[in-house]
Amino acid sequence: MATKSLKARHKELAEQNKQLEILSGGIFADGELPYFKDKIADIGQFPLRPKKLEVLQINVGYMCNQVCAHCHVDAGPDRKEIMTRETMWQCLEVIKNTGAHTLDLTGGAPEMNPDFRWFVEEAAQAGIKDFIVRSNLTIIKANKKYQDLPEFFRKHNVHVVSSMPHYTRGKTDKQRGDGVFDKSIQALQALNAVGYGLPESPLRLDLVYNPSGAYLPGGQSAMEHDFKKALKEDFDIQFHSLFAITNLPIARFLDYLIASENYEDYMYALVEAYNPAAVENVMCTNTISVSWDGWLYDCDFNQMLDLKVASRVKHIKDYNEDVLNDRNIIISQHCYGCTAGAGSSCQGSVT
Amino acid sequence: MANSYYDPADLRKFGNITEWSEELGNKFFEYYGKVFEEGALSAREKSLIALAVAHVVKCPYCIDAYTKDGLQRGITKEEMMEAVHAGAAIESGATLVHGVQMMNKYNKLSM
Repeated sequence: MATKSLKARHKELAEQNKQLEILSGGIFADGELPYFKDKIADIGQFPLRPKKLEVLQINVGYMCNQVCAHCHVDAGPDRKEIMTRETMWQCLEVIKNTGAHTLDLTGGAPEMNPDFRWFVEEAAQAGIKDFIVRSNLTIIKANKKYQDLPEFFRKHNVHVVSSMPHYTRGKTDKQRGDGVFDKSIQALQALNAVGYGLPESPLRLDLVYNPSGAYLPGGQSAMEHDFKKALKEDFDIQFHSLFAITNLPIARFLDYLIASENYEDYMYALVEAYNPAAVENVMCTNTISVSWDGWLYDCDFNQMLDLKVASRVKHIKDYNEDVLNDRNIIISQHCYGCTAGAGSSCQGSVT
Repeated sequence: MANSYYDPADLRKFGNITEWSEELGNKFFEYYGKVFEEGALSAREKSLIALAVAHVVKCPYCIDAYTKDGLQRGITKEEMMEAVHAGAAIESGATLVHGVQMMNKYNKLSM
């Protein structure tokens, strides 16, 4: 398993243009599979337009303690893109005035941003209804300075959303690295110990499942049932909901698909599983994604492809919700990942 | 034409059989879809049965399809291999139980 990002390895696919070229070429250019644009035009959804803004998702940096094989951020310990306090101030201004009910912090491992705790403390006072931090779990056990994170999250009533690829060791470690499973289990137990994820607890703990390979996630409720049963029986761990998220063919997952000769089959599977009903609720219609350096995107995936919003407001310093909401959402063939089957978003299925 | 009898890419074209016999094709796929719905057996259990049968009937398309289906459902490789053994045990049992016929015939023909 690689221990460095594509960027640090100077891989061709670290370049966004190269990824976009692949996503628009080959089987799509020669007409074997339809472009996403044409598919949504069939149901009158092109151009795709935002609905009411509900989620403000802020990526506070690409640095991470893990180098997961499927990571769409190409995150890792070598990534130095970290949000500064100045940009955080700009974000806080927006958080105080936004109509969005959910604030969603992601990364990288957001906790590795040196101003993370300050930012959470400030943001928690802004009166946002649902304040999510996407934590990879192992960070809690990575270093002594992170071990009080469960208590810190509890204090600020943070909604913890954590990735857990499987309830067995083998699958988890293969996707995320050796030892990740055991550390994740310990971290979940630590979260349970302060009250997270318990059936009646207001401290929400949700898990994210994404497949460890070139296949789509199964039904979310069946997976949730299996996860709950196995984690409770084997480790006495409880959590609230499981979000099944489809891997989108960008960054390291795209690199894996191509290297393992699964790219075409995977794109076929995504297109075959295209669900028009999922287009209606796709997350870019209710989300704005902010990058570590303050640029605005339709979603975290478009951020990684450097496809900035098609609006005259492109940066958090110029933020204007009404102007932003009057835009066309930028799409490419990676968008099939969010409309396959029951649909996929950072909050799981969308239908 | 492909120069082999089995081409993995043909699995995607399975639905095309309907083009040459629409009514029967549609009836088959409707039946097929219904069979694998959640019922008295869970869709997960049916997926494992399908995987076992896929091996017994030695259908490479079905093996590809139900290995992937199992992965999507979070079925572990240990569960998959046990299902294959269940199929293989029945198949070898079906061969071996004919040994009784052989024994019967042998005894009948022998003094």
